[in-house]
Amino acid sequence: MGYIGETIDSIKSIQIRQLITQGVSLGMIVTSALIIWKALMCFTGSESPVVVVLSGSMEPGFKRGDILFLHMSNDPIRAGEIVVFNVDGREIPIVHRVIKVHERQETGEVDVLTKGDNNFGDDRLLYAQGQLWLQRHHIMGRAVGFLPYVGWVTIIMTEKPIIKYVLIGALGLLVITSKD
Amino acid sequence: MHSFGYRANAVLTFAVTILAVICTIASISDNFNSATPTAEVQVSNINWFQKQPNGDDVVGLTLNISANLQSLFTWNTKQVFVFLAAEYETPQNSLNQVSLWDGIIPAKEHAKFVIQTTNKYHFTDQGSNLRGKEFNLTLHWHVMPKTGKMSANRIVMTGYRLPDKYR
Repeated sequence: MGYIGETIDSIKSIQIRQLITQGVSLGMIVTSALIIWKALMCFTGSESPVVVVLSGSMEPGFKRGDILFLHMSNDPIRAGEIVVFNVDGREIPIVHRVIKVHERQETGEVDVLTKGDNNFGDDRLLYAQGQLWLQRHHIMGRAVGFLPYVGWVTIIMTEKPIIKYVLIGALGLLVITSKD
Repeated sequence: MHSFGYRANAVLTFAVTILAVICTIASISDNFNSATPTAEVQVSNINWFQKQPNGDDVVGLTLNISANLQSLFTWNTKQVFVFLAAEYETPQNSLNQVSLWDGIIPAKEHAKFVIQTTNKYHFTDQGSNLRGKEFNLTLHWHVMPKTGKMSANRIVMTGYRLPDKYR
């Protein structure tokens, strides 16, 4: 009897150890993803270093689902740069090109006007009521790099949350049940 | 150990890695292209020159633009965005950049062009400083790659002096 009891105990302890190991490895995956994201924030100086293009206003340059890498340096903003900006009262940031810049003589403050390459008119209609120019604090970063199609993953996940939950569930199950 | 899922995972990981490496190499290969674009722009006419009711000066121009940007295109180039900006200084502003015309060049065949056009965007000053003002015409271009790093550059061309009187 003692032998059987020992065996059962050892099995139980193995399972607990395995459970802990799997829990830790899951935690490692989540934290390393977080570390990479925060490190990117540090290096690029932008609060969101990667954005997904959501509209076709910059076509044919950027299509819906493309990914842009942002960089926010202290360099002054100049015409022709593609910037990502937030407008007061709008949640979703916009990616458009700068077409006019007026930089103050003494303070160095800038007034910027943007336009989407594929749009007919400039962005004053998108800005807040009565706003004619963007200032520095509206701008989150300028686009420096480009990767096509990858952003579709996030677009699909935000538009069809079920797919997201199924995917997370399946991945979690895989991590927990894996024996290696 | 050699289950279907394990092998599928290995193949997928390998494929994604190779794709990432190839994208990186494609982006790096752009650095070996030394571009020598040429451009010439002339202001052929001042169509109108007024002060708006809000006090800002506004100008309407006709421009002759000829450019050869073919050397900017590589195998990783999706398009080149080209625009012409007027750049000048005023007592209030250390730099004013106003885009006058822009265009998207989708392929190398279209990168050599000669056009005559009026300004696409209003040439409006912040204030009333444009009478007799000398400004630089600058042709900027922005190369958008199929994947990887974007690049931009410009040619500063001869300036132009606006007339002393509204018309």
